[in-house]
Amino acid sequence: MIVGLVFLVLIVVVIFWVMGMYNGLVGSRNEVKNSWSQIEVQLKRRHDLIPNLVETVKGYMGHERGTLEAVTKARQQAVEVTGSVEERAKVENALSQTLRSLFAVAEAYPDLKANQNFLALQEELTSTENKIGFARQYYNDAVLRLNNRIQMFPSSIIAGMFNFQLETFFQVEAPEDRQVPQVKF
Amino acid sequence: MWELVRANQRRAATLVVVMAALLFMVGYALGEALAPGAGLGGLFVAFVVWVVLTLVSYFQGDSIFLALSGARRIEKKDNPQLYNVVEEMTIAAGLARIPDIYVMDDAAPNAFATGRDPQHAAVAVTAGLLETLNRDELQGVIAHELGHVKNRDVLYMMMVGIMMGAIVLLADVGARVFFYGGGRRRTSTRSEGQGQLVIVLVALVLMILAPILAQLIYLALSRRREYLADASSALFTRYPEGLASALEKISHSTATLASATRATAPMYIVNPLGATARGLADLTSTHPPISERVRILRSMGGGAAFRNYEQAFRTVTGRSGGVIPPSALLGGEHAPATEPAAPDTSGRLERVRQTTDMLWRLNQYVFVACPCGTRLKVPPAYLGRDIACPHCGSVHRIQPSAA
Repeated sequence: MIVGLVFLVLIVVVIFWVMGMYNGLVGSRNEVKNSWSQIEVQLKRRHDLIPNLVETVKGYMGHERGTLEAVTKARQQAVEVTGSVEERAKVENALSQTLRSLFAVAEAYPDLKANQNFLALQEELTSTENKIGFARQYYNDAVLRLNNRIQMFPSSIIAGMFNFQLETFFQVEAPEDRQVPQVKF
Repeated sequence: MWELVRANQRRAATLVVVMAALLFMVGYALGEALAPGAGLGGLFVAFVVWVVLTLVSYFQGDSIFLALSGARRIEKKDNPQLYNVVEEMTIAAGLARIPDIYVMDDAAPNAFATGRDPQHAAVAVTAGLLETLNRDELQGVIAHELGHVKNRDVLYMMMVGIMMGAIVLLADVGARVFFYGGGRRRTSTRSEGQGQLVIVLVALVLMILAPILAQLIYLALSRRREYLADASSALFTRYPEGLASALEKISHSTATLASATRATAPMYIVNPLGATARGLADLTSTHPPISERVRILRSMGGGAAFRNYEQAFRTVTGRSGGVIPPSALLGGEHAPATEPAAPDTSGRLERVRQTTDMLWRLNQYVFVACPCGTRLKVPPAYLGRDIACPHCGSVHRIQPSAA
């Protein structure tokens, strides 16, 4: 009688424990999904802003056709890419690169820098870059939390039972690529 | 990060309960002091006061506070950079909604956050803050405010603050009754004996101690929350230097915020009550000394995670007990900080111009660009009329919202 009761209590405790672990894992996975959609919103916003920027800059930077074309091309690739997190990270990082060189080149055009439209677009794009950065930061933290839960004992048992998958980090480009490109005149 | 929020809420809820208990005790003692045996009546009055205050602070606290501070709501078009900074920090903090943004027309650099939960959050900054800080510093300050929002500080600070006010008020009333009405009552109760005397004595002690205790609880709570919000700011921006240099700039300002009072002071990022109040670093201060906050932020050793802040806090203050609940340190988020950039000295004039323009626009002034290069700021009374440029004499018809 007593033994049976203890056994019953034990089973109930285990069931609640499993439920808690499982819900924690689902919560982490949803956080990853949610933060990824936040990145996508900002990436989309950047894609939408770039044609305006190119249009504004064109008149001032006739000699920099190469820089402008690189931006347009990188944007096109970023819009068209469908695939894993790694692939998207790669093309989006390339787009960030071309934008950075565009703004670096723009420093040499005082007329352009006095254009209100350009200044507004520059603030918008810089801020969108920041937002992508912060959204990525939050996403990577969420991925770390989920992956820790999946790999660490004891939640790893539950993760294995319900087939939770490890998620991929949105990597920042290699440190040497992060330098602002040197522009020579 | 969520562990921190949860631990924080538990701790704050405990304090709210302690404060409520203190309030009820004062109510009981007040009843006993007024008339022997009326303690339960006093308890009931204290309970009603508590319920009303809690409901008001929950549903109306943020709007009352914003109205008291004279802050005005702005849209993205009024100040795109401020709006963008707030949006960036909302994303970094993982909050679901961008807080409403308010601006106070005041030269003293300061900021506060309000709202009972992240769905109703608002941040307010002064014009002085926008003029003084560059983008990185502004980001640090906004991140600090959103740290308060994320950690659910605002609601508890408001509730505990209002309860503290009620306790002080009730104890004050009680003390007056005691000293001025005491003579009459003593003659009438002499026959009731020793037990009554003990109750009255206990009530007296309680009424002296309760307000002091309530204030100490409140101050300890508010200072701890400032440290926590600083730690959150470092984590969100991954750039502790931004907030450190912002705090330094703010502490060098000598202006006093006109709309702040002692009751609203704990809500601001730095104590708004002038330089003298800020210099004091004792038990009665609602904020930790700024120099200490700056030193902690600069001792984080290239990391921006909570455990870096915890470590820096212990090194700088020499205290063994930290500010961050241990459960929040377990996650071990790997968060390297960005290197401090070269000090930015440019742009102050430009910022002042933009901020004043924004305030003019908020007051419905219209800007007219004259072909001669003059920019006219026209008061709203001149809408639809013709005015001549004072420099070149060309005449402009004033149209609404001609930027």
